[in-house]
Amino acid sequence: MSGNNTMQDAIEFIWAEVDMLDHGEFQDWLKLWTEDGKYVIPIDQDAPDFENSLNYAYDDAAMRDMRVRRLTSGQSMSATNAAKIMRTVSRFRLLKSDDPNVITIRCAQNLVEFKYEKLRNYPSNVTYVLVKDGDTFRIREKIVRLINSQGALAGMTFLL
Amino acid sequence: MSDYAELVKPDQVHTSLYRDEAIFDEEQQRIFEKTWIWVAHESELPNPGDFITTYVGLKPVIVNRDKKGVVRVMLNKCRHRGATVCEAKKGNAPGFLCPYHAWTYSQDGALRGMPLPKGYKDFDKSDYGLIQLRVESYNGLIFATFNEEAPSLDEFLGRAKPWIDLFMKQGGGFPVKTMGEHRFTFPGNWKIQLENTTDAYHFPVVHKSFLTSLDGDTEELFSFMNDGGFVEDLGNGHSVLVMIPSLVDLDENLDEPIPERFADLAKSLEGRYSDLEIRRICRAVSGAGFNVNLFPNLACSMAFFRVLRPLAVDQTEIRHIAIGMDGGPDEANQARLRLHEHFQGPMGFGTPDDAEAWERVQRGSHAGDQSWIMLNRGEDKTDDNPGDVTAETGMRAAYQMWERMMSA
Repeated sequence: MSGNNTMQDAIEFIWAEVDMLDHGEFQDWLKLWTEDGKYVIPIDQDAPDFENSLNYAYDDAAMRDMRVRRLTSGQSMSATNAAKIMRTVSRFRLLKSDDPNVITIRCAQNLVEFKYEKLRNYPSNVTYVLVKDGDTFRIREKIVRLINSQGALAGMTFLL
Repeated sequence: MSDYAELVKPDQVHTSLYRDEAIFDEEQQRIFEKTWIWVAHESELPNPGDFITTYVGLKPVIVNRDKKGVVRVMLNKCRHRGATVCEAKKGNAPGFLCPYHAWTYSQDGALRGMPLPKGYKDFDKSDYGLIQLRVESYNGLIFATFNEEAPSLDEFLGRAKPWIDLFMKQGGGFPVKTMGEHRFTFPGNWKIQLENTTDAYHFPVVHKSFLTSLDGDTEELFSFMNDGGFVEDLGNGHSVLVMIPSLVDLDENLDEPIPERFADLAKSLEGRYSDLEIRRICRAVSGAGFNVNLFPNLACSMAFFRVLRPLAVDQTEIRHIAIGMDGGPDEANQARLRLHEHFQGPMGFGTPDDAEAWERVQRGSHAGDQSWIMLNRGEDKTDDNPGDVTAETGMRAAYQMWERMMSA
């Protein structure tokens, strides 16, 4: 993979990833990550250091695993009665590719949820750090910066 | 005015308290403008000029520390045409400038000047400072009230004070500081949330998915249904819910073995802290084993502050403020942040399930005027009764205070 092909492959990988989330294919989603992969949904989008900040999610592999188990366990009353969701992802831009095996991409995501007669939007800037793995990728980092991250949110029954 | 004694019985309350707009409006006047409302923790204002903006009831206020070090709470409203003078959530400011006609106020709220002052006759600037609320604090908790006649904060908190002191021991030898917050809303009345931090009965039901995500020892700790916990009425609508009696006083039992789940933390602190300091930090890192509920808007809840703000009769904002050890080790504060994220917030393993339950209570409250909420569960802790962790004592205490204030 090189040049435009890498970018196109990465875009298709990201589309597949979010399609899994929209369709609840969480076990497949868990396999997309590197062992040290971090899934972060910050409150302060410009925090210099998410580890020392309060986030909505700051997940390593174990925490992602628990999160998926919670959503699918039937033990959580909000997840059992989950919102319907759908998202679109676009406006991809290559931010960094100086290491041929690692690619950093930023894109726009707009997720819409429907629950209790209410339609809500969750627009965000998403940054991926993807590591080449054979003919596909693994996610080393996914940071979802909700544009209303400093606003008052409501309970989320899905993964961004 | 409704006959509130008819709507609040000793062991049940009428659901109109959740959905009647006239009652909501009256609550603003009779409760939120009359009693002490928690506005900030002192760690949010360490230096002169530091400020935050928040609300007392529905009213926007600035909480700041002036150049003499005095903490002030002032209406966030220019005296001229009423625009807010500050829209930042927090910061440090030498004063406040109204953006509309450039009236300027100093840190202590005094009106300093305005453009073209000759346009005013017989005008004494000292009459037009930002409107100040009464401010008092206890052990780092800053409260304000519009009511000059209210009893002192000391008297108002009364028997809750020793519990606040115990709660603050989770600094683990350091002062307690705030570390950010999760802020969310739910479509329901504020009192539904007020009840919740005194309600141990819901925990194993609503939070089953949280409990099963914990390691065995921690899950054991949270299995507190038959573990000697209790709820105690502390007067003035305040109460304490003790879920884990072994974690009431975090300065006690420091010679016990450090739990396995904190072994890595303890190891990483070796060499930098004494054995006793490490034991104290590890014992404090997951918070206290109880919730102190302070009527009407604050709970010091295990390892965080829960702050509620009524927005409308059927709309409430909740903030879960993370707290940590000011000057303490990064590892300990990171552990606290991760624990907070695990349970709290719109993506936590606990909060979304609570919010779902509260929304369902609000939806159910429309099911007819004959509907009453039961508060009769369990026996109160008294000198000769050990009480019951699932008792609805805290709710009874809060609603009795509510009824007294609304009928006063």
